[in-house]
Amino acid sequence: MSHAADANVEDLLRGLAPQVLGVLVRRTGDFAAAEDATQEALVAAASHWPRDGVPGNPRAWLVQTATRRLIDEARSASARRRREGAGVARDVVDADVPGRDDTLTLLFMCCHPSLTPGSAIPLTLRAVGGLTTAEIAHAFLVPEATMAQRISRAKQRVKAGGARFTMPTPEELPSRLRSVLHVLYLMFNEGSTSSVGASLQRVELSDEAIRLTRAVHEQLPDDGEVAGLLALMLLTDARRAARTGPSGELVPLDEQDRSLWDHAAIHEGVALAVSAMSHGAIGEYQLQAAIAALHDEAPSVAETDWPQIAALYTLLERMSHNPMVTLNRAIAVAMCEGPAAGLRMLDALDEPLGDHYRLDAVRGHLHEIAGDVDTALAHYDRAARRTTSIPEQRYLTTKAARLRAAWS
Amino acid sequence: MGGPEPEGVVMTKFMLLQNYEPAEGCDVMIGEWPPEDVAAHIQFQRDLNDELVERGEFVDAQALAAPELAKFVVSDGVSAPVVTDGPFPESKELLAGYRMIDVDSVERAIEIAAKASTAPGPGGKPTRTRIEVREVMGEP
Repeated sequence: MSHAADANVEDLLRGLAPQVLGVLVRRTGDFAAAEDATQEALVAAASHWPRDGVPGNPRAWLVQTATRRLIDEARSASARRRREGAGVARDVVDADVPGRDDTLTLLFMCCHPSLTPGSAIPLTLRAVGGLTTAEIAHAFLVPEATMAQRISRAKQRVKAGGARFTMPTPEELPSRLRSVLHVLYLMFNEGSTSSVGASLQRVELSDEAIRLTRAVHEQLPDDGEVAGLLALMLLTDARRAARTGPSGELVPLDEQDRSLWDHAAIHEGVALAVSAMSHGAIGEYQLQAAIAALHDEAPSVAETDWPQIAALYTLLERMSHNPMVTLNRAIAVAMCEGPAAGLRMLDALDEPLGDHYRLDAVRGHLHEIAGDVDTALAHYDRAARRTTSIPEQRYLTTKAARLRAAWS
Repeated sequence: MGGPEPEGVVMTKFMLLQNYEPAEGCDVMIGEWPPEDVAAHIQFQRDLNDELVERGEFVDAQALAAPELAKFVVSDGVSAPVVTDGPFPESKELLAGYRMIDVDSVERAIEIAAKASTAPGPGGKPTRTRIEVREVMGEP
């Protein structure tokens, strides 16, 4: 079987995963057991289908296989449980239930507010994304046994937190949707800028976050923040090829080869961002998407609409009260009014950001533009010592070394 | 510079390192402990690793062979490398073993380190071993 056929089976399985799980959860009422059984059926399909061919009704095959696992599990549990197993068997004679998309309901369970993002992301990847435990473990650089436990504990916590397999009430919906979007946003960032390990991009995680956010957007097309988050992901991901150099080194926005950007993704992202703005109240993801769109549409750093970016950061700052946003606004202001104006804004960040390396990195950059090489070097050196990201550290160290060489 | 800065990572890896130096609560080498205390100490380390797997936080744990077997290697890439064998006067500064964990916060890393520090010594008394907590940046 070719790699293309393997990839087709994989895509098929990932699309079917939430449908199969939805059927099983609805029948058994036991999310944790249904999720384990679905995972086993997916793993079985991934090994059989490329060899034996895809069955005529792949979804029914998966539902049947997963159901059989559930029955086996129930039978081996105890003699008492055996009767329950027989009960399950009677219920699942009709494996061919009408197709329906449970993706959103499952996302509300997996991104339940009782979970930390560190648990919600792996659970979402497995239960909704259809990834295997081994694939998720690989993405997070931990042993498979550890990841299996993390997912299992997440399911226990979801259960203990009282989550049910239903859509949230209209009153709960906004806050529950915020949790889902936050988890997808963090999943995307894990993939696009990993600060653990030497690899800067764990592409799989970003791709999966985009795919799931797209699914949420299809279900909730009128939600401006969902559209905004999808736009933000597409507009950020569009720069993927330009973001790393030939040996995996980080290339910042102002040094990227813009011809490498994915213009189809930019086009889609900009259209989404524009239409999202027409859906009532403007949220943080929409503002971030609008900023990303201005960067992506600019032919060069010099031709970027920095005053507009600074204005959008001002709005975002009011909404999020996040000092990192102020840091980014300072850069935009420096691009409009010169480095001194940006540096003045940074003074207010000493307290909230403390020793964060980004503050030193930006100070270094602005002092460099202002021509104060000594001060720039001191900040670059400090930033390089404080970052926990290898690509960032290499970038800062190289930047300082180049500046020193040019100056001496 | 100038792009929206994404939020930080979700989980962080830490190394918990311990040296051969005598622990604060125990200056007797493990080879001189009563056998049942040695067994209890080994069981403690195993249980802690199992607990970390069970909580989905375990990455790796290794104990290193004794400093007597350590070798120091220096090379300029041209001449034969200079290899120094033990014993070394500063052997207690050598690494004895490590755990790598993947956790939500530095607070959780410190909590695990604190637990590792209580590993039992002679008579079951906590050794109060000094654990060095270091954030992992990944392979060079």
